[in-house]
Amino acid sequence: MQFVLEKRAERSNTIALVSPLIAIGLTIVTMSILFAILGKNPILALGVYFIDPLTDSYSLQEIAVKATPLVMIGVGLSLCYLANVWNIGAEGQFLIGAVAGSWLAVKTQGTGAGYWVLPAMLVLSAVAGALYALIPAICKVRFGASEILTSLMLVYVADLFLDYMVRGPWRDPAGFNFPTTAEFDPVATVPVLIEGGRLHLGAIIALLVVAATTVLLGRTIKGFEIRVVGAAPRAARFGGFNSNQLILLTFAISGALAGLAGIIEVAGPVGHLQPGISPGYGFTAIIVAFLGRLNPIGILIAGLFLALTFIGGEQAQIAMKIPLDVTKVFQGLLLFYVLACDSLILYRFRLIFPSRKVSSGAA
Amino acid sequence: MGLLEAIILSVLAASTPLLLAATGELVTERAGVLNLGVEGMMIVGAACGFGGAWFTGSIIIGALCGIVAGTLLSLIFAMMTLGLAVNQVATGLALTILGIGLSGLIGAGFVGERITPAPHLYIPGLTDIPLVGRILFGEDAFIYLSLALVIGVWLFLYRTQAGLILRAAGDNHISAHALGYPVLRIRMFAVMFGGACAGLAGAYLPLAYTPFFIPGMTAGRGWIALALVVFSSWRPGRLVIGAYLFGAVTILQLHAQGLGLGIPSQFMSALPYLATVVVLVLISRARTGGSTAPAALGTVFVPDR
Amino acid sequence: MRKILIAATAVMLTAGASLFGASAADKLKVGFIYLGPVGDFGWTYQHELARQAVVKEFGDKVETTYLENVSEGPDAERSIEQLVRAGNKLIFTTSFGYMDPTLKVAKKYPNVHFEHATGFKRDKNMSIYNGRFYEGRYIQGVIAGKMSKSGVLGYIASFPIPEVIMGINATILGAQTVNPNIKVKIIWANTWFDPGKEADAAKALLDQGADVIMQHTDSPAAMQIASERGKLAFGQDSEMIKFGPKTQLTSIMDNWAPYYIDRVKAELDGKWASEDTWGGLKSKLVVMAPYTNMPDDVKKLAADTEAAIIAGKLYPFKCPVIGQDGKEVECKGGDHLADGQVLGMNFYVKGIDDAIPGK
Repeated sequence: MQFVLEKRAERSNTIALVSPLIAIGLTIVTMSILFAILGKNPILALGVYFIDPLTDSYSLQEIAVKATPLVMIGVGLSLCYLANVWNIGAEGQFLIGAVAGSWLAVKTQGTGAGYWVLPAMLVLSAVAGALYALIPAICKVRFGASEILTSLMLVYVADLFLDYMVRGPWRDPAGFNFPTTAEFDPVATVPVLIEGGRLHLGAIIALLVVAATTVLLGRTIKGFEIRVVGAAPRAARFGGFNSNQLILLTFAISGALAGLAGIIEVAGPVGHLQPGISPGYGFTAIIVAFLGRLNPIGILIAGLFLALTFIGGEQAQIAMKIPLDVTKVFQGLLLFYVLACDSLILYRFRLIFPSRKVSSGAA
Repeated sequence: MGLLEAIILSVLAASTPLLLAATGELVTERAGVLNLGVEGMMIVGAACGFGGAWFTGSIIIGALCGIVAGTLLSLIFAMMTLGLAVNQVATGLALTILGIGLSGLIGAGFVGERITPAPHLYIPGLTDIPLVGRILFGEDAFIYLSLALVIGVWLFLYRTQAGLILRAAGDNHISAHALGYPVLRIRMFAVMFGGACAGLAGAYLPLAYTPFFIPGMTAGRGWIALALVVFSSWRPGRLVIGAYLFGAVTILQLHAQGLGLGIPSQFMSALPYLATVVVLVLISRARTGGSTAPAALGTVFVPDR
Repeated sequence: MRKILIAATAVMLTAGASLFGASAADKLKVGFIYLGPVGDFGWTYQHELARQAVVKEFGDKVETTYLENVSEGPDAERSIEQLVRAGNKLIFTTSFGYMDPTLKVAKKYPNVHFEHATGFKRDKNMSIYNGRFYEGRYIQGVIAGKMSKSGVLGYIASFPIPEVIMGINATILGAQTVNPNIKVKIIWANTWFDPGKEADAAKALLDQGADVIMQHTDSPAAMQIASERGKLAFGQDSEMIKFGPKTQLTSIMDNWAPYYIDRVKAELDGKWASEDTWGGLKSKLVVMAPYTNMPDDVKKLAADTEAAIIAGKLYPFKCPVIGQDGKEVECKGGDHLADGQVLGMNFYVKGIDDAIPGK
């Protein structure tokens, strides 16, 4: 007798609705066990992680601030993943976008330039990110090279390039030779929305991106093509959809969004360019994309949720001395459970008895 | 000891964790599974390997702990991707994040402690031969083990029936299944082997390379190992060349600095990654027979009834 | 079921309230932001030791909290502000990269006091503090000049910032007093902390003929390698003799405890004011590990040099300082370089053959 995985005749809609909740439930149970092993009160710890950050305006704003780049990059990545191409280099595209936009900020520093600076920076960053993402895309389309590895390797290159620029040509002359640029002028800074907090225009842009992508995927031909190319490549070929063009397009869009997120982070919460500008947003966004099931609204929710865990994790460090690594474990587990539960949408388990009638197992 | 000999020894040591991890991943990918979680398995192997050696004073036990840790983590991956037909890319990434977090938790108590590193071989007479003596007879067991492992894998893949079946599972799982081979079980073993190697590779770092544990000490080597597998066109012989090449670039950039060559250090540090991209493009272009990826790599397989 | 839910919610809300509500009035809450893990056995470890000293000194009067592994990007500002919101009134941010985030939070909370390490921006409620580690480097240079048989020193540097450059220069100046022809090989690791890379760098330096290793990175890897090869090395930030009992000559130890205790006391007494502290051997912010593995005459020389620096009779950057280009550097501090010149140091002194990266 054995358990066997079997493809369902059609998607199970009940599971589709319920699976994220089951996944979250399983994660919470596992985390409680982990907290107990660490000697911390599980209920208290869960409260600090998930409830406390929601209880005051500052934390809520911080959640939005942290979620903004995650959602923007995640939405872009979801387009690639829907088309079954794997852009793992969002982190590098983020950094290149930040560098490109900062170039303009540094160039116009102190020259009394007008309000065109910030929009120009945003456009420049998006273009730069898109171009950088096209490198692995072209390598795949022209040469068949694995986009997973090329895009990943370029992350390291981008990181070192940023390092070089900030330590050399762009160093703040008044900065005692430390590796940062000077603070950006106000015209080159992303404006804050609410006084006293850090919630900034980037959040609005992220929401617009989510809305635009929802429309793109749900209501345009291109969106349809992207989804079909990923789900049923042969059907796509018969339909005349040019998969190469779609690979280039999705990479370019996701690169542009990552680059945009990059300059918004730099010109917003931080205010100048320095090494280490990204705590791994490009990689966390991959988790967000999957948690959101490659759906823009889902990614918005997933991004906010993951941001919540980051903020909660920091507060847990302060309030309960829980190490920050626990947050990583949590995120890894959550992704595992979501993926596992999601697989039950397409497949189910059956119990097979060797020489008896087949009986159906739990769904 | 001349500078050349010294450089070769440094390169050997630097390349060994790459070679160990990449060999395991090569087998996994040859069976048709793409496991991106190498970094996570390596770093958990590092934490457990150090812990094992620290508690018992034995390097061998430490290495075994590392192997077991990597294998257990890979089992999670196997359950998800083979048992539940989950997307391999996402699962691998989740495994990496989980592994980094777990290793930080496990290893938190070990920071600041030190152990006696793995001993180096010494055969009187042989080790003292100039130039090649230390290289061939004077290094620690891990280095020789890694080479033996690669040879063993090569023999397995190309000279045994089991290896042939494994490659078949990776190239065309549908036909293999039709022929009656247990594709899922083959893949599971391949994944576990990959995990064991990654765990061992990770354990090598605190057991022989730098005999203490620091969170994050793998520093991205797992990702380089992944690149190496592709770089080598999934062939063990080329894997050895690739691993030593990568190790050499890392070491030589440091030597270049010491010698006062004025190349920006960031450029030198970026060389291995740029080199990988270039090579990836070149080999994908060449496409000479037999150099392509296992055709079924990364695809989900659910046996039809 | 409902009862459990209500109870759980009550517990969580109480936990939340206790986090953000008024803290117990008596204890002074002091917060620390660390760049790395407390067990890094280097930079962060020394700050942590100082924090523990504060706890020991003031017992019940203070309650300390720390956040470790805080990256220097956008997350830093939030971490600092979270400490403020958790009721901490005195906050130490222990890395250069926290400078701007600390300043921003300081402007927002004028009643909270901030201490920032190794930076240069200050405010009414934000002090800066740093150690004159270059004094220790000078002494190390003297020792190295004496102990090196090959006349070549190996230097594992992190990033080409003034703090590191001044360390290299001080080392060479010290070494030149005993061996005018001393040479140094410098490898830039481009990291503060990467044991594998530091080990590789140490091997490369030793392979190329250096026989005394110094580092401006944080892990004991180089010490370990030097020990394996039977060479000599200097530790960094902490005592590293455990990793090289026959190898360590001395170590420059960051001794933050007296300063931290001082500042906490000032805060408790209500006398805290923004200051700019750059203390060295004299104020014991920098302490040398015992001089080991060297003959007695070298030990005496080292001790004498240390005493001379403490007494103000010897300045590592005493004029004339000759730059790499052979020209004398303008002397703005009387008979030694002014603090501002040292803080912004971006040139090598004569005797170093390499060029500073990025110039």
